[in-house]
Amino acid sequence: MLLVPCPYCGPRNSVDLRYGGESQPRPDPATATPEQWRGYLYRRDNPADWLRENWYCRSGCRRWFTVERNTATNEFRHPPMPGDKRGGKA
Amino acid sequence: MGSLGRRLGRGPAKYSAAALVWRGLRGGQWPRIWRDAELKRSYDAVIVGGGVHGLATAYYLARNHGIKDVAVLDKAYLGSGASGRNTAIVRANYLTPEGVAFYDRSLQLYNTMATDLNINVMFSERGHLTLAHNDSSLRTMHWRAEVNKLQGVDSSVIGPDEIKKVAPSLDTSSHPRYPILGALYHPPGGIVRHDAVVWGYARAADCMGVEMHQKTEVLDILCEGGDGTDGKGPGGRVVGVRTSRGDISTPVVVNCTAGWASLISAMAGVRLPITTHPLQAAVTEPVKVFLPTVVVSGSLHVYISQTDRGELVFGAAVDPVATYSIRGSLEFTEELAGHVLELMPGVSRMRLLRQWSGLCDMTPDYSPVMGFTGVDGFLVDVGWGTYGFKAAPVSGEQMAEAVATGRTPELIAPFALSRFDTGELVGEKGAAAVGH
Ligand SMILES: Cc1cc2nc3c(=O)[nH]c(=O)nc-3n(C[C@H](O)[C@H](O)[C@H](O)COP(=O)(O)OP(=O)(O)OC[C@H]3O[C@@H](n4cnc5c(N)ncnc54)[C@H](O)[C@@H]3O)c2cc1C
Ligand SMILES: [Zn+2]
Repeated sequence: MLLVPCPYCGPRNSVDLRYGGESQPRPDPATATPEQWRGYLYRRDNPADWLRENWYCRSGCRRWFTVERNTATNEFRHPPMPGDKRGGKA
Repeated sequence: MGSLGRRLGRGPAKYSAAALVWRGLRGGQWPRIWRDAELKRSYDAVIVGGGVHGLATAYYLARNHGIKDVAVLDKAYLGSGASGRNTAIVRANYLTPEGVAFYDRSLQLYNTMATDLNINVMFSERGHLTLAHNDSSLRTMHWRAEVNKLQGVDSSVIGPDEIKKVAPSLDTSSHPRYPILGALYHPPGGIVRHDAVVWGYARAADCMGVEMHQKTEVLDILCEGGDGTDGKGPGGRVVGVRTSRGDISTPVVVNCTAGWASLISAMAGVRLPITTHPLQAAVTEPVKVFLPTVVVSGSLHVYISQTDRGELVFGAAVDPVATYSIRGSLEFTEELAGHVLELMPGVSRMRLLRQWSGLCDMTPDYSPVMGFTGVDGFLVDVGWGTYGFKAAPVSGEQMAEAVATGRTPELIAPFALSRFDTGELVGEKGAAAVGH
């Protein structure tokens, strides 16, 4: 079982949440080329290390949040603060 | 050493009934099936990853193109990745014309593999049933059947009565919560002994002079002239690899590391459309053989086959969270057991023996990523997700051709990395999300 620290509900079994994947900066829709958009849509860093990622608390508070997890050990760090929204810093 | 049971020249013992009898009478030991070699300082080509894809690529490089100065490097042991952990289902009943043509070629190669590699791979063409429990999946089954038939692949949609004849243990009544409405039946599908395929390619490649180096981890890929740091990235070229046992110079590196593919590609400055997810599987105690075909249910997230030893092998879809950890979970077992019982209430007393997991390199369109990358000499054979075992023969054949000729063979052109820049995806989710 993977315990995910929801900033609003506290630790929750990951099956109660939806995994939202890597949190990557979103290109500016006004200036991005189609290639840049596709890069944002499809390509991933996929590190075996610390990763900033998004979660949706599906059966709890129904909010998105961003958290850091080590993908090699599944350890979480820096419990996210309420208000930390979906989408990484650009 | 006597001469009977030996290949002419160097190479491993030939496997035959005569050799078996002779060794049985004489009490002789079988020699190891591939040799250890000294790691050299340079090779014509280096293959990273000693799974079935790396080994098949090495085999076809040597056999079809005479390129034998090849090293296959693995950080652990051969077959330690997904190649030694999969549920060994082979089939060609995919959804896209590109996918069907590709996997069908692989099935053809599986048909002659035992003779080609002189090893018993226990290929059993026992048929493959993909069940539909609702109208939309029945529609997808019809779609797949038509695409398959057009390309000469034997697939058809059958109803509950016929399903009952093919697999009598399935509950085809209207009682379950999700009754079985029909199925895509694909007689050429089946199972194979995955370890034998891995060992067979290793042995045959060894026989032609390819070297396999286990416990040899690739730490970096040495590049020149690229846009990124240290000369990596697009526009550059490969000059060597750094390993846990020293540097090797080589003009060609092929990335065959499946679950670890993103990490190896990053070493050459190439970013992939891949995330790594564990896939779990489980096996029961052996019972008398009663299930003649492979059975897949997408709606119930489960698939089942029975080995010749009588164990039921179960699998499901990948774990939803991307991770490199292969720890199993109770959620998987509980869900699996519930779904299996909906399909086959008769097995409620059977006990699970083991549960395990392996890493899968998932792509957005459930199709692989093969060929050139924009870094000269760096090729990928990745994105094998949950369906790559069956693809190893054709992938090895086509990747070897790409390395030898410097051109992308037609059969794998649709799977180029560049499709994620142009948006020409090859969507196979409807045929590969649960049934592998
Ligand atoms: C539970 C499960 C069930 C499956 N069922 C099926 C099925 O029924 N049918 C099907 O077709 N497919 C199935 N698959 C998928 C299939 O097993 C894989 O797609 C296939 O085996 C991939 O083979 P590969 O050789 O590319 O990778 P792998 O066998 O994973 O080999 C990669 C190798 O790379 C090595 N490596 C990694 N990093 C390094 C490094 N830095 N240096 C050196 N070596 C490195 C690893 O040690 C590993 O041995 C299943 C997978 C799993 C996990
Ligand atoms: Zn919450």
